[in-house]
Amino acid sequence: MVFDNLQAFIAMGGYGFYVWLAFGISFAAIAVLVISGLTARRKLQREFVKEQRRQERLAQRKREVS
Amino acid sequence: MWRWLHPYAKPEVVYHLLGRWQPWLSITAALTLGLGIVWGLVFAPADYQQGDSYRIIFVHVPTAMFSMSLYIALAIAAFVGRVWQLKMADWGLAAIAPVGLTFTFISLVTGAIWGKPMWGTWWEWDARLTSQLILFFLYVGVLALYHAFSDQRNGAKAAGILAMVGVINIPIIRYSVEWWNTLHQGATLTVFERPPMATSMLIPLLVSILGFGLLAGALIVQRMRNEILRQELRRPWVKHVLNQDRATELSKTEQA
Amino acid sequence: MNDTSNWAAFTAVMRRDLMVVMRRRSDVLNPLLFILMVVSLFPLAVGPGPDILGRIAAGVIWVAALLSALLGSERLFRDDFLDGTLEQLTLLPQPLPLLAGAKIVVHWLLSGLPLVILAPLCALLLKLPAEGWLTLMATLVVGTPILSAVTAIGAALTVSLGRGGALLSLLLLPLFIPLLIFATGAVEAALMGTAAWPQVLLLAGLSLLTLLLAPFAVAAAIRVSVN
Repeated sequence: MVFDNLQAFIAMGGYGFYVWLAFGISFAAIAVLVISGLTARRKLQREFVKEQRRQERLAQRKREVS
Repeated sequence: MWRWLHPYAKPEVVYHLLGRWQPWLSITAALTLGLGIVWGLVFAPADYQQGDSYRIIFVHVPTAMFSMSLYIALAIAAFVGRVWQLKMADWGLAAIAPVGLTFTFISLVTGAIWGKPMWGTWWEWDARLTSQLILFFLYVGVLALYHAFSDQRNGAKAAGILAMVGVINIPIIRYSVEWWNTLHQGATLTVFERPPMATSMLIPLLVSILGFGLLAGALIVQRMRNEILRQELRRPWVKHVLNQDRATELSKTEQA
Repeated sequence: MNDTSNWAAFTAVMRRDLMVVMRRRSDVLNPLLFILMVVSLFPLAVGPGPDILGRIAAGVIWVAALLSALLGSERLFRDDFLDGTLEQLTLLPQPLPLLAGAKIVVHWLLSGLPLVILAPLCALLLKLPAEGWLTLMATLVVGTPILSAVTAIGAALTVSLGRGGALLSLLLLPLFIPLLIFATGAVEAALMGTAAWPQVLLLAGLSLLTLLLAPFAVAAAIRVSVN
């Protein structure tokens, strides 16, 4: 531990703004990447459910006609 | 050898294989990266010249390193897809490109932020920063072309050709930018060319390089699986997989 | 396939493309007028003092050249794609890279060559000092083939999309950066009184390399676009 207390850690020897800005932006960019991967998966799922319902409706209509 | 490789050309097999890897890869990536970053931020000693501002190195250097190798990986995937007509390689391109773009973006932004306290401006037309900016543009081009096609198989192929053209261009770009920099006597940033690092700084740096590598791997695996599902959405095995997902989700909501 | 039939196909594609363009002369003239206008905007924007104009002249002319190459890229493949000619070309027994090469040559004849001819006028307007003229012309002669070849790759990749424009410039401009750097660097070296021929030779080498490899990339891109 090279910092004496939490305040010194946040101040980063006077460079706090730059260090935390750099780490914050990096973290945000990676978070966006992770979340976009997760939502893509969920979107696929929704698309799939919609498609399946459509198929079911079509099948039902066919049964009614015949 | 081809007989042994053959099952791995099947999207279903690859999907499940990657699915087995994904949790382990994600966990080790999170742990290693966390260790490297915390070590770098809290336990590594301050630099005698740059004080604590040098701690940006623990994200800047790993992302800058991988931004380049990911573009080369992209081009290799495109080449494999082109020569052996392996559609999985084309999809790999779509999985790698966003990760590479983000890494390039992070290295650019952290470089600029590091630059402000060290040499007084946010942006300097230094050879390395400039080539990194051009690399960013190359990634943007590949992704823009990929997304411009409504048929994503064609999009992957077209983006692959562009990636191969780009990778041939990269050494030329590097050389030209370096030459341009000396011609105009631009700033050569010595911040990045440091004397051999002390071990107490080098070890956390190596740990975070490893962590970012694992992170890139985990993100690519995640995106690759999505890509396989998207491209094979009409196949029975995908229906089976998604049905199972839905069932587990439903049971979860019922419990809650 | 023997050599004569290959050569015949090459010239036939060239002749046909030239004929198509000659039926619509405005397509040839517009990019040239565009360059002239871009070049004349700069004295208005930065002031007509000769020292500043002379220093940025080569850069301005080269940037205008890049933009005009992009502007003329539509006609490379678009009409052929829409009326099915491009598909027919892929079915010919002659190698497709060769025919792509013919198209690159036509594009150069219609956008690169006029630019070389127009360059002295632009240099005059921008008050480029006399020492730089020869070098500027040399860089344009050896550099514009690269422009045509790389533009053809981009145009072939985006031809099936229907909306080239901004996307095409996004793909191509980063690839043009070395060209821009070496060309303007050569003129700058000439203005400072040092030897400019190393850069010109380097550009010539890059040009040959590009002309050798680009037809294959264009052919691959056409095959992706037509299927």
